[in-house]
Amino acid sequence: MSVSKGLPADAAIAAIPLPAAATPAWQRIALVLLGLAAAIAPIFVLESFHLFQLTMAVIMALAVLGLNIVTGYNGQISLGHGAFFAVGAYCTAILMSHFDWSFWPTLPISAAVCAGLGYGVGFPALRLAGHYLALTTFSLAVAVPQILKHKSIEDWTGGVQGLFLVKPDAPFGLPLSSDQWMYLVAVIVAGACFLLVWNLIRSRIGRALMATRDHATAAEAMGMDIGSLKTKAFALSAMITGIAGSLSAVAIEFVAPDSFSFGVSITLFVGMVVGGVASILGSLFGGLFVLFVPNIAEAISKAAPGVIYGVILILFLFLLPDGFAGLLRRIAAKLRGRG
Amino acid sequence: MDGLAHQIVAGIATGGIYASVALAIVMIYQATHHVNFAQGEMATLSCFIAWSMVQAGLPYWVAFFGTIVVSFAIGVVVERILIRPVANAPVLTMVGVFIGLLLIVGNATGWIFGYTTKVFPSPFTSDGPLLGGLVSAHELGSTVVTLTVLTLVWAFFRFTKLGLAMRAAAYNPRSSRLVGIRVGWMLALGWGLAAAIGAVAGMMVAPVVFLDPTMMLGILLYAFAGALLGGIDNPMGAVLGGFAVGVLENLAGAYVVGTELKLTVALAIIIGVLVVRPSGLFGRVVFSRV
Amino acid sequence: MTIQRRTLIGAAAAGTLAVPRLAPAQDAPGVTATEIRIGSTNALSGPVSAYSVISRCLEAMFRRLNDQGGVGGRKVSFTVYDDAYQPPRTLEQTRRLVEQDRVAFLFNSLGTPTNNAIHRYVNQRKVPHLFLATGADKWAQPKEFPWTIGWQPSYRTEAQIYAKHILAERPQGRIALLYQNDDFGKDYLNGLKDVLGNRPLTTATYEATDPTIDSQIVQLQGHDVLVCATTPRFAAQAIRRVFDIGWRPMMFMTNVSVSVGAVMQPAGVEKGVGLITSDYRKDQTDPAWATDAGMNEWRDFMRRYIPDADLTDNNYTYAYGAGSTMIQVLRQCGTDFSRENVMRQATNIAPMDIATLLPGIRVQTQPDNYHVIRQMQLQRWDGRSWVRFGNVIEGANV
Repeated sequence: MSVSKGLPADAAIAAIPLPAAATPAWQRIALVLLGLAAAIAPIFVLESFHLFQLTMAVIMALAVLGLNIVTGYNGQISLGHGAFFAVGAYCTAILMSHFDWSFWPTLPISAAVCAGLGYGVGFPALRLAGHYLALTTFSLAVAVPQILKHKSIEDWTGGVQGLFLVKPDAPFGLPLSSDQWMYLVAVIVAGACFLLVWNLIRSRIGRALMATRDHATAAEAMGMDIGSLKTKAFALSAMITGIAGSLSAVAIEFVAPDSFSFGVSITLFVGMVVGGVASILGSLFGGLFVLFVPNIAEAISKAAPGVIYGVILILFLFLLPDGFAGLLRRIAAKLRGRG
Repeated sequence: MDGLAHQIVAGIATGGIYASVALAIVMIYQATHHVNFAQGEMATLSCFIAWSMVQAGLPYWVAFFGTIVVSFAIGVVVERILIRPVANAPVLTMVGVFIGLLLIVGNATGWIFGYTTKVFPSPFTSDGPLLGGLVSAHELGSTVVTLTVLTLVWAFFRFTKLGLAMRAAAYNPRSSRLVGIRVGWMLALGWGLAAAIGAVAGMMVAPVVFLDPTMMLGILLYAFAGALLGGIDNPMGAVLGGFAVGVLENLAGAYVVGTELKLTVALAIIIGVLVVRPSGLFGRVVFSRV
Repeated sequence: MTIQRRTLIGAAAAGTLAVPRLAPAQDAPGVTATEIRIGSTNALSGPVSAYSVISRCLEAMFRRLNDQGGVGGRKVSFTVYDDAYQPPRTLEQTRRLVEQDRVAFLFNSLGTPTNNAIHRYVNQRKVPHLFLATGADKWAQPKEFPWTIGWQPSYRTEAQIYAKHILAERPQGRIALLYQNDDFGKDYLNGLKDVLGNRPLTTATYEATDPTIDSQIVQLQGHDVLVCATTPRFAAQAIRRVFDIGWRPMMFMTNVSVSVGAVMQPAGVEKGVGLITSDYRKDQTDPAWATDAGMNEWRDFMRRYIPDADLTDNNYTYAYGAGSTMIQVLRQCGTDFSRENVMRQATNIAPMDIATLLPGIRVQTQPDNYHVIRQMQLQRWDGRSWVRFGNVIEGANV
C-alpha cells in the first residue's frame, strides 16, 4: 500500500510512450482478424473445463482493464475494485433470480449502477491522494460484503446464503454447449469493452487522463477540468469492472458475499501490476496470470501453495518490474531499433 | 449511561491495539515512505518466534528482547533481498511486491507453526479485574509500553543524527546521497526498526486477541485507518488516531447502526474526516512546487 | 434469443431428471482395475487454511487403507485442490476434478459458500458429493439434491437443542446471542428462533476479521442467558471477558469451539466453569479420554502416519470420523464403484460406532434421511473436562 512521496499524480508510475506512429491500415485489419481468430479458436479446440477456465480468465482480464483505467491511466490508486465487481455481479443476479430477466438486459443496468457508484466514489477521491485514497477504496472493498449481507436488504441479496442463477443457453438453436456459449458471450462483451477503451485512450480524452496523472498542475493550466476528468475516469473504470462482475455471476451461476471478499480487489491489483500498469494488452495477460498461476503454485507445492504464489509473484516483478506489457514494449523497441 | 461508559472504556482498550500497530506503520513510513502491506503478517511471525522462545523455557523478557533483535534482523534482510531489487521500479510494482511478501509470510507462518489458537503470555498480571473487568492489567501495561515506544521513536528521530539521516534518506534520497548519507543502509535500518516495533506491537496484542496466524488480518486495516486519521507522518497522531478508531467503532456499533455495519460506519466517518482534512487530523500539509 | 429462466428448485429438479450434454455413461468413471480416484477441495491457502489439516488427515487415512491392501482390490488415489475458500475457485477446481481428472466422486469438500457454488453442478452431473465438511442445514435434501450428503450434525439442530434446554431451565430468562456474521452464525440464529418463536432475543454480531468482541459483550451484558456462535479465537475471548466483567449468565458455546487445548485453556479453565455445549466428538485434550480405546486407535494412527501433527487440533479427530465413514462406504461397495452404487451405499449405512465420536452416538443413513450424525449430548465444563449430562439427544423435533 505504498504510494511514495505522498503527492498526487506522482510521475513515478511508469511513463507510457504515446501510441506508436500510425501503422498502415491493412496491418491493423490483419491484426484485428488474427486476434479475432485467436479469441474464437478455443471454442473448437478446448474441452469444456478448460473453456470455463478461459472464460474466467477473460472476465478477470476485463475487470483488470477497468482498474487500469483509473489507476494505470489516471494515476488514482484503487484497492477497492472488488466492490464494483461485486455490485455488478449482484445486479445481474438480483435481476435474473428475482425478476426473471434474461442475461443481456441486465448488462446495461449493472453497467449504469456501477458507473453511478464509481462516480460517487470519485468525489472524495478528488480530495484524497496516495495512501488516503488507497484506504478509501480499500474500505469500500471491506464494506461491500458486509452491506450485501445486511438484514435490511437480505430479501434481495439472499443474505449470507447468496443467490443462484442459470447460465444462458445458446440462442437461435446454435449448436453450442452452454460452456461454449458462455465463453463466446464473455469474449464478445470483453472484446467490445477493450475496443471502447482502446479508442478512448487514443483519443483526446485518453491523453487528458494521462496528462492529469503525469502532471496535474500543468494539465489544469492548459485548461483541462481535472475534477470532471477524474470522476469520469472513476465512473468508466467502475462500469467496466462491474460488467466483468455481471459476467462472472452468470459464469459461476452463484453469488455470495464470500465470493467478494477484499481478496478480489487484491487479485485485481496483482493482475494489473503483473500485466503492466496502463496497458490494454497487459490487462489481458493479468487476467490469465491471476487465474492460472495459483494453479501452477499448487502443482508445485500442496503444503503451502500461498507461499509459492507469493514467490512467483515477487520473482515475476523482479524480472519484469514494468509487467508483461513492459516486456512487450522492450521487444518492440528493439525490433524498431533494428529496423 | 453505564453502558456508554463501558463502551468507551472497551473502545479505548481495543484502540490501544490499533494504536500500537498504527505506530509501527507510521514508523516505516517515516523511514522509507512506504506503507508495508505485510506489516501485520511480519508482526505475527515475530509473535510466533517469541512464543517458541517462551515454549523453549526462556524467561518472558529474554524472549521479548530476543524477538525484537531477531525481528530487526528479519526486517533488514527483507529489505536487502526483496525490496532493494525493485527500489527503482514503479510504485505500483512495489505494492505488488508487498502483496507477494504478505502471501509468503502469512502462509508460511501457518505452515510452520500450525493454526490452532495459542496462548501468548503477558508480563503484566494482577489479582483481580480492573475497572469492572473491562480493562486488564495487561491492557494498562501494554499502553505504557506503546507510549514508551512512542517516546523513544520520537526522540530517536528528533534528537539523533541517525534519525535525522534516516528521515532525510526517505524524504529526498538524491540530496541525501550528495551529503554523504548511505541511503541504502538507512532504508534497511528503517525496515529493521519497523519490524522491531511491529514485533513489540504484536507481542502486546497477542495476549488479548490470542495468537494464531490470522491474528493481524483485521487489525491492520483498523490500524491503517488510525494512522491515516492521525496523519501518516505524525507518530503521536497515529496513536491518538488508533484510540479514536477503537472508540468510534464501538459507539457506532452500539448506538448507531448495530454491530453488522460498525466497521463500515467507522470507515465512512474516517473518510468523511479525511475529505475535510486530507492530511489527517495532525498531519502536515505538504505543498509541492510545480 | 431464448434464455432459460428457471427458479432454483425447478432447475435442480429438471437437472436431476434430464441432463443434456453429458458424457455418455461409462461403466464407472474414476475407477480402473487398480485404483479408485476420489477428489476434494479445501482451503490450502488463505485466511481459513486452518482447515487444511483435514485434508492432510484424510490423505493419511487413505494411505493407511492402501498400506492395508486397499479396498475392493483397488488402491485409493485421493486428490485435493486448493480453493482458498473462494466459491468461484471451488467451482473451477471441482470441474477440474470431475471433467479433467475424472474422479469417481467428491468427498469432504470444505465450507458452506464453497459447496453452495457446486451444489447444482454435481447434482446435474450426478457425481456423488459425500460427507461435506460443513454444518449447514441444507445438505440433507434427498428429493431435490439426491447426490449431496453432509456428515456432521447441523448447527441449526444444535441451536434448537440449546433453545429447548433454555426453555426447560430458565423459562423466564432473557436470552442473548453472539454470532459470527456469516452462514455459520446465521444457522444458530435460525435454530434459536425455530424454538423460541416470538420470545425476545437480543443479538450482536462480529465479523471474522474483527480483532476483539469486547464491545459486543458489553452490549449484551446483563442478560440471563448467552449463546455464543463463535470460532475458537473469539470463543476464548468471550469466555474470558464475560467472566472478567463479573457477568454470570447461563452460557452456551457452539461445539465448533469447545476444544480443551484451543479454547478452554487459552480462556482460562476456571473462567469457563458451567459453560454448556452439545457435542458428538470426543475431545482429544480432555483427560477423560486418555485411555479410551477409540482415542488410542486415533492416537496410534496419528503417531504412525502424521507424526509431526499438532495433536491438540480437533480437526484431526473430525477428519478421522469423516474418513472412517467414507472407508466404511467403500467397503460396503464391494467391487462395484459405479457412482450409483457409491451413492446407494453412502445412503444405506447401518448404525455404526466411530472411534472419535462420543459413546452412544452413531453414524447412520437411509435413502430418505441424509442426516448422517443426528445425535448429540449436552455437556458442561467443570473446570477440568467436559461432563456429559442428560441423554443422547436425537434431532430437536421442533
